[in-house]
Amino acid sequence: MSKVSGGRASRKGRAEKRGTRAASLASRSDFPLLAGSPALHYLDSAATAQKPRAVLDAMRAYYEHDYANPHRGAYTLSVRSTERYHEARERVATFFGVGDTRRLIFTRGTTEGLNLIATAWGTEHVFPGDEIVVTALEHHANFVPWQQLALRQGAKLRICGLTSDGRLDLDALASLLTARTRIVAFNHVSNALGTINPVAEIAAFVRRRAAPDAIVVCDGAQAAPHLRLTLDDLADVDFYAFSGHKMLGPMGIGALVGPVALLERMSPYQMGGDMIEIVGDEETTWNVLPHKFEAGTPNVAGAIGLAAACTYLESLGMDAVRAHERELLQLALQQLATIEGVQLFGPRDLAARSGVVSFTLAGVHPHDIATILDGDGVCVRAGHHCAQPLMRRLDVPATARASFYVYNDERDVEALVAGVEKTKTLFAVAADPSLRSG
Amino acid sequence: MSNLDALYQEIILEHNRRPRNYRVMEGADRVVKGHNPLCGDALTLWLKLEGDRVIDASFQGSGCAISRASASMMTEAVKGKTRPEAEALFTRVHDLVTGKLDVDADPAAKKTLGSLRALGGVARFPIRVKCASMAWHALRSALGSDESSTNGASEISEEP
Repeated sequence: MSKVSGGRASRKGRAEKRGTRAASLASRSDFPLLAGSPALHYLDSAATAQKPRAVLDAMRAYYEHDYANPHRGAYTLSVRSTERYHEARERVATFFGVGDTRRLIFTRGTTEGLNLIATAWGTEHVFPGDEIVVTALEHHANFVPWQQLALRQGAKLRICGLTSDGRLDLDALASLLTARTRIVAFNHVSNALGTINPVAEIAAFVRRRAAPDAIVVCDGAQAAPHLRLTLDDLADVDFYAFSGHKMLGPMGIGALVGPVALLERMSPYQMGGDMIEIVGDEETTWNVLPHKFEAGTPNVAGAIGLAAACTYLESLGMDAVRAHERELLQLALQQLATIEGVQLFGPRDLAARSGVVSFTLAGVHPHDIATILDGDGVCVRAGHHCAQPLMRRLDVPATARASFYVYNDERDVEALVAGVEKTKTLFAVAADPSLRSG
Repeated sequence: MSNLDALYQEIILEHNRRPRNYRVMEGADRVVKGHNPLCGDALTLWLKLEGDRVIDASFQGSGCAISRASASMMTEAVKGKTRPEAEALFTRVHDLVTGKLDVDADPAAKKTLGSLRALGGVARFPIRVKCASMAWHALRSALGSDESSTNGASEISEEP
């Protein structure tokens, strides 16, 4: 395969698509790990995505040519490092439809972004008797910070329930919103079920019913890699958090996007270098946005890697990404549904669902499914998916979860289905005494 | 034998489908809860003691085939054992599942373990070792706390 230049994706997959099988959208050869393991069926991108060479090259180039501590040195190399960091922020902001880079704060990832709001905004705005609304669909990262904030501040945590097919129950949400609601936090896309929540509608709905100065927080960890986003258009969402590593970027980088006016008024989250203006003996003034919320030496290589991931995804086209995942999702759902004993979770309407298939197999624990699939090189997640409140409501201890991304193709779906069939056969042998060997 | 065949041996699958001693025990002398926070597997272990000897053992819980089969086999194996014997068995099983014990090279261990040797397949799957050992850690915890009152449940968690 030809060498990748300029971070563009090679379109081998697209060319193959003329055939009858669903090829990958991006070429596997763009991804060194996948290229090196032809027999691997990586179906755990909802946990983390594999990295294209363009991302690895961009990070390496930074370390090899432009590396120094940014914002500090008077020397040329440090200035260059600072420039690379600023460029990365601009690149990421453009990709996400954020016009003002002051409102894009680099974080370690979604988890840090959400904790930042809970700590920096929550501590100063949530008081005894106030209410925080979350949903039963949340990842622990968008649940525990609010639960603990409520406990610390003497506020009440209210949990919005779900419909039977794993969507937010908007009637229930309406009944939870009161004049005491200070924070409403929900995800854009569920990591466990793939449910795509109508984020703009929900946010507008909350805006009309909650206290005027309540904030709307959206966990975008599972949306950023898969959907075209224009965050400037999500007027009623105050804060939107996402991670780099699920969208082909490196681990340890992500961003929180918030409104400038609110961020200006908020106290800093962490204190240290870079986030200060003047440090007196008695008091300190803060640096301007976004630096006020980026204490310490930043993860410049991470930001550069994330920017390269944005470029790569842009070259594929986010609409094509979504269409590709939907095609694989449909195939997987259709084929898994034909296996007796398989129970599928999540919305049946594909328009309301990202490329995530959560399922169980009667009589077999999801961990055993995952181990047997692993034997054939099929990587799926098994467990509670950091969503124990959801698992309790689904009344299962765990599910198996396969998730699709740009490098997956129909063969991955076939391997998944074959693995589930194999699991069923293996466990059925013990059930049928006539098949026992001794 | 392939790694998967070694892990999911016939006897493991059979114990998973039809776990022995899978019941709540009335009037138990020891009750211990085991929990693996990583995967959410959980079990409750009940023991009845006569002096230093385990005269009955039962369990309930949710978990994968390995954890269920291991718990089932443990409750069978531990009945009639004295505390030191149970402790010795724990050590053997622990060595087996962590790959420190080669039963084929150790006839004494082979005899002690009996059908528990089937748990040895786990050694090739490092992330499944906890599944196999959870019930055994619960056993050790149940026998170790002399002062624990009747039915006084205590939480144990696997170390990472």
